[in-house]
Amino acid sequence: MSEKYIKPSRNIAARMLDDEMIVMSVRDSSVYSLNATASVIWGAADGSTPLREIVASKVVAQFEVEPEVAYQDALELVEELAREGILVVADHPIHSA
Amino acid sequence: MSGVGTYRAAIAIGDTPIGVRCARQDFIRMLERRYAGFMVAPADAGIQLDIDIVEGPEVIADEDLEVSCAAGRWTMTRGDFSAEWDPEARRGRVRQEVLPYAIDAVLRIMHSLVLAESGEGFLLHSASAIRNGRAFLFSGVSGAGKTTISRLAPADATLLSDEISYVRLVGERYCAFGTPFAGDLGISGEKVVAPLHAIYFLNKGDRNRVNPVSPAAAVSTLLRNVLFFADDERLVGRVFQTACEFVSRVPVFELTFRPDAEVWNLIQ
Repeated sequence: MSEKYIKPSRNIAARMLDDEMIVMSVRDSSVYSLNATASVIWGAADGSTPLREIVASKVVAQFEVEPEVAYQDALELVEELAREGILVVADHPIHSA
Repeated sequence: MSGVGTYRAAIAIGDTPIGVRCARQDFIRMLERRYAGFMVAPADAGIQLDIDIVEGPEVIADEDLEVSCAAGRWTMTRGDFSAEWDPEARRGRVRQEVLPYAIDAVLRIMHSLVLAESGEGFLLHSASAIRNGRAFLFSGVSGAGKTTISRLAPADATLLSDEISYVRLVGERYCAFGTPFAGDLGISGEKVVAPLHAIYFLNKGDRNRVNPVSPAAAVSTLLRNVLFFADDERLVGRVFQTACEFVSRVPVFELTFRPDAEVWNLIQ
C-alpha cells in the first residue's frame, strides 16, 4: 500500500478560528470550514509526513478512534479536499504545492 | 482655485482624504454638493486624482467594471470611466463624464484597495449607525433590509450609511466610519466614527429574532458582502485574513426582522 502525502495548495488562505480551520480558495473565494479532526490533519499537512503517520500521531492519540477507521476517514477527507482544489495529495513527498 | 484652470477639492472618507483636481469648476461644485460634510482642505489630501472630463459619445454606461494591477499600477475601467492609480506615487488619473456616478465608483474602488492592502479594514455592503457611543453594522445584499433598518432607526441613532460602510482597525478596536455613499434612503451618512459593538447579517421575516453565527459562516457571509473588485489573488488572501481577524474581535449575529421600529429594541 503506497503512502499518501498532503500539503495545502498554493492558492489558498487559511486561518484557525475557535476550533475550526477556515480555508478560502483565493481563485474563486469559496470558503470551507474544517471540523476539529480535519483541522488537526490540515495543520500537519507539511508535504513530507505520510498521512498514516499524521493520523497515528495526531488523530488516533487525540480523538480515541480505531487507527484503520481513522485512516480511511482521513483518506476520504483529503481526497475530497483535493477535489475542491485546496489540498494537494500525492504518492510521494511534496516539496512545493 | 490653484493654478490656471485647475480647481481642487478633497473628500475624506474614513481617515483617508483623496484630493481631486479638474479644469472644470462645475465638476468640483458637483463634488462639493454630493460629498458635503466629507470635504476637507485640499492640502490635507495624501492621494491626488486628476480628472479629465469627456463628453457623451465616448461613454458606454453598461460596460462591466474591470480592475487589474500591472507593474504596481492599478487600472479601472467601466463604460462610464477609465482610471489609473499608482499607490506608491499616490497619484491617479480619471477620464469620465461630468456626472457623479463614475467618481463615486472610483472612490469606492480606491478605498477598497487601500483598505485591502492595509489589512486593517474593508468597505462593506452594510448600513451602519451609532447608538450610545457604539457602532452597529447591518449587512446584507440588495433587498436584505439595509434601507429598512436605517429608516426604522430611533431618533437618538446617528446614521453612518444606509448602503456602504467603512470599517477599519483603530488601535486595537474595529471602528465604523460614516460614508457619503447613500442607498435607497438617499441620505448621506454623518462624518463620525465609533467603535464597533456588533455586526448583524440581515434577513427579513415575520418576527424579530437574533441568532449567533459560527465563525466559518460569519467569515463566509462577511466576504460575500465586502466590496472588493480586483482580480488579484494576493489581495484576496489579505482580505480573507482581515475578515477572520474581524470575526475574532467583533460579535457576529444574524438578525431576522419585520419592518417595525421594535427591532431596534434588540440592537444593544
